[in-house]
Amino acid sequence: MSADLSPTEEYSLAELCVVACAEAWRGDGEILASPIGTIPMIAVRMASLTFEPDLLYTDGEAILLAEPIPVGVGPDHPRIVEGWMPFRNVFDMVWSGKRHVMMGATQVDRFGNQNIACIGPWAKPKSQLLGVRGAPGNTVNHPTSYFVPAHTTRAFVESVDCVSGVGYDRAAAAGRTAREFHEIRRVVSNKAVLDFETPDHRMRLRSVHPGVTVDDVVANTGFELVIPADLAATRSPTAEELRLIRDVLDPKSLRDNEVKP
Amino acid sequence: MADKRMTEAEVVSELRSGMTIGIGGWGSRRKPMSIVREILRSDLRDLTIVSYGGPDVGMLCATGQAKKVVYGFVSLDSIPLEPHFRAARQNATIEAMELDEGMLQLGLQAAAWRVSFLPCRAGLGSAILDVNPSLRTVASPYDDGLDFVAMPALHLDAAIVHANRADARGNAQYLGTDWFFDDLFCRAAKKAYVSCERVVATADFVKEGHESSIKLNRSMTHGVVEAPFGAHFTHCLPDYARAEAFQREYADSAKTPEAWAEFFEKYVAIGDHAEYRARLGLGVSS
Repeated sequence: MSADLSPTEEYSLAELCVVACAEAWRGDGEILASPIGTIPMIAVRMASLTFEPDLLYTDGEAILLAEPIPVGVGPDHPRIVEGWMPFRNVFDMVWSGKRHVMMGATQVDRFGNQNIACIGPWAKPKSQLLGVRGAPGNTVNHPTSYFVPAHTTRAFVESVDCVSGVGYDRAAAAGRTAREFHEIRRVVSNKAVLDFETPDHRMRLRSVHPGVTVDDVVANTGFELVIPADLAATRSPTAEELRLIRDVLDPKSLRDNEVKP
Repeated sequence: MADKRMTEAEVVSELRSGMTIGIGGWGSRRKPMSIVREILRSDLRDLTIVSYGGPDVGMLCATGQAKKVVYGFVSLDSIPLEPHFRAARQNATIEAMELDEGMLQLGLQAAAWRVSFLPCRAGLGSAILDVNPSLRTVASPYDDGLDFVAMPALHLDAAIVHANRADARGNAQYLGTDWFFDDLFCRAAKKAYVSCERVVATADFVKEGHESSIKLNRSMTHGVVEAPFGAHFTHCLPDYARAEAFQREYADSAKTPEAWAEFFEKYVAIGDHAEYRARLGLGVSS
């Protein structure tokens, strides 16, 4: 894997994933960035300290932070409060469209349908998971991305068991009201970055992480991916980004619990 | 002037089998657990529970008292999946109405405003419309060509919520950063009961917090229960954090029927909230 690493910096896969997730919010400006999970949370805060300074984000509860604090700190950690975002204001942000969420996905399919609700038939699931949570509303109201820490054929499936987040085919079939503000921006995994920037919105390999082969991604994906001829490697973290991740945003290395170093 | 103070047992004596009961809080946060445990000890059954679900839903599934659950999620937060709820779903022992979290808010709001439904985009294209065949869409009556989900009003027979402070008249105050949807649960219900950490003199509310933190006015509530640590083991910030070790013990109780029976004996069957506090040493000097 070392052949693809930046010549000056060693970094972990988790750190690469932070940067790949952060890139999903590039260009979003003054909207609420809602990360679900540790790596997406570090990613939003890193993006806000570097290339996307206008993002709004919370402490994970109801406080909008003016400046990032490290992940995993208690409520007594000093912070600069710039606003208040209780859950019902989150729904106001969702329904107004001024939000971009990155959720997890137990399953995701080629059109970006996502499942976090259950495995097996909904009426009597083999495995009950969280329930659909906010995924149905998120996906038809504002941009949604997904972070999948383990890229396997169990996660990237031909067809999801319970459509929680709405994909492109289902949004199209549901009509204009569902399509109007629907956008699945990015899927970031531990192997690659994927998007839907294809004529029929089928999932496309956008970049593979350094050291990962296209064959590896294909073998671990349960459906056919669109693979561009000029495929790039996911960009490496810069020295400044690594400093922010390690020293400022995640000094306890909680990122390694989501993606093993 | 009405004095609405009552005990958990008096609240439960006003509930009936077959009722639809809304429970405030969110996940494993500020749940009215002392009233929930009183329900667990009662012979109430065939309940429909409406909740941003946490251990309230899990326990009522474990005892078989929940016939139907209306939810956007059921989670213990620090333990993402609620084990008793999972078991009930996987064994199909409950009827489920699964909704987008925002749809649940709109259903409560519609009931509170006495309208049949509120329109939203949430649900369109998702499995929610497939698994809830009773849900309808509505064409906009204006010339915009849009079709929305018509989220029906979720009428509650009763609501139970837990606040930080309340007065004897039934005003209630929330001192944490999020009061979740407790006011909507109360407004959507025929009768609402608020438990609280401490009953205070009305004049003392503004010593406790800003006026804007008094989220429930007395027209919305029918009963007030003083229950210090009433949300235990869920959190009730800023009064106390979640009791994580206890929550793990609760989660482990889903592993076998015997484990749940043991948990029930130890923490539910022992008696009222005072007994529970004494057993756990919650604010009780021994």
